[in-house]
Amino acid sequence: MKNVVLKIKENKLIAKNTYRLVLTGDLTNKYPYRPGSFVNLLIPGFYLRRPISICDINNKEVVLIYKVVGKGTLQLSKMKKGEINTLVDMGNGYNISPVKNTALLVGGGAGIPPMYYLAKELLKKKKHVITVLGFNSEKEIFYDNEFKKLGVKVVIATLDGSVGVKGLVTDAMKGLKYDYVYACGPIPMLKAIYKDAKAPGQYSLEERMGCGFGVCRGCSIKTKAGIRRVCKDGPVFKGEDIIW
Amino acid sequence: MVNTKVKLCGITLSNPIIPASGTFGFGQEFAMLYDLNCLGSFCLKALTKEARYGNPTPRIAEGKNGVINAVGLENPGVNEFIKEEYPRLKKIYKNKVIANVSGFSIDDYVYVVKKLNNCPQIGWFEINISCPNVHGGGMAFGTDKDVAAKVTKAVKKVSKKPIIVKLSPNVTDIVSIAKAVEKAGADAISLVNTFLSMRIDLKKRTPIIKNTFGGYSGDAIFPIALRMVYQVAHAVKIPVIGIGGISSAEDVIEMMLAGATAVEIGSANLVDPYICPKIINDLPKVMKQYKIESLKEIIGGCK
Repeated sequence: MKNVVLKIKENKLIAKNTYRLVLTGDLTNKYPYRPGSFVNLLIPGFYLRRPISICDINNKEVVLIYKVVGKGTLQLSKMKKGEINTLVDMGNGYNISPVKNTALLVGGGAGIPPMYYLAKELLKKKKHVITVLGFNSEKEIFYDNEFKKLGVKVVIATLDGSVGVKGLVTDAMKGLKYDYVYACGPIPMLKAIYKDAKAPGQYSLEERMGCGFGVCRGCSIKTKAGIRRVCKDGPVFKGEDIIW
Repeated sequence: MVNTKVKLCGITLSNPIIPASGTFGFGQEFAMLYDLNCLGSFCLKALTKEARYGNPTPRIAEGKNGVINAVGLENPGVNEFIKEEYPRLKKIYKNKVIANVSGFSIDDYVYVVKKLNNCPQIGWFEINISCPNVHGGGMAFGTDKDVAAKVTKAVKKVSKKPIIVKLSPNVTDIVSIAKAVEKAGADAISLVNTFLSMRIDLKKRTPIIKNTFGGYSGDAIFPIALRMVYQVAHAVKIPVIGIGGISSAEDVIEMMLAGATAVEIGSANLVDPYICPKIINDLPKVMKQYKIESLKEIIGGCK
């Protein structure tokens, strides 16, 4: 974990209620950033930091995509310039080593961003990547072209059928061939993926956090491996360890 | 050179800054961020007889300038602590720490104190009779002066270390409880624990905290905590540790002027993990600004 003050380079609406925030500054780190890890932003006027998963990162720039879900993220969406006090390199992200040939990356809504950096890391290791992106409707779709530009297969599912497969991400998963699964999104979606998946995998969970670095125990959950902190031991957990 | 040393029940602290229980784990996470030896001491996460998961999630909510928690004393249990965590303490900190002790019966408190008596790095016991997040325990012992006195007497009888009793602000008359625990043998008093509070989700029309209520802490409570520290410090002869919304060197001085011998920093650690070293760094500067040569001389100095 590292505390840095980052500069807002861009903060713009890219889909319904969805913003792309680019922050710049000294992001050099002792260890490489793990996909699935997050940053914790201090938004002026709010006491607790807001955890947001990393969509892309290098030594100078971090890309975050977030949805406006409450007062804090609404305030964040109005910050078009200036600086943000940020804790970076938070949490335990996705482990990419179990993939043999093909990884299936499933993201739903605000759970999609971490899949982008994960896809890039998997491609570096010469793995095949299939992404399934789930949205409610066409207006909410983002980053489908960015994934395509990486050269990975992209399958879109929309609840209202306005684009791609009509239905849930699990409907779009049918018939795909893969040997490992990575998922991020709402709990009911993760549960359905775990049930339908033809391969083992890792799932990113969400809980209300106090600190984000493991000391307040606000986000502890019970897992088959014992009590785990979503912020520090997670947010990514093996599917078989989660008590669904 | 200014002097930041204070004495707490016979043990000298290099400065009065003590991270509060429940905001600092067992120190390991913070030891990866900075050298803990700059701290006057630190409070361990509350320990109970048995291991506890605590309350169901969500157990965190936000308020203006503060946070509500309903963690409910998650901890590995005192025996597991002694086996796994205690040996790691000396690798990250050379001075004595404060063990926070909680329970669901007087026997529970006595059990934990007896178990920790033989841990030399534990310098004090902070008896937590003020956790608002457990049923039939914690705060249940701190809201009635007779029960508070009974717990104090029982742990004092078996303890080989000074007893600090941590008080709840969720009472009508905190002074009467402070006096009762002093009379029962407490060596010091720390106050305040969190304020019982709640938030409601407007969309769902249900409490945000699964347990309905949680304890409120953070910047917002500072003036109320300060008032209570002032009242208690004027009513008892034993040292008082001031807790509640402290997040700057100025706050520390204000608490000490109200009568605190030392202070505990709680929620501020969660928002700015470097807050304690920052305050310690700022203290000499702010002391000079207010013409304070020695911190211990200002304790209770508010005219």
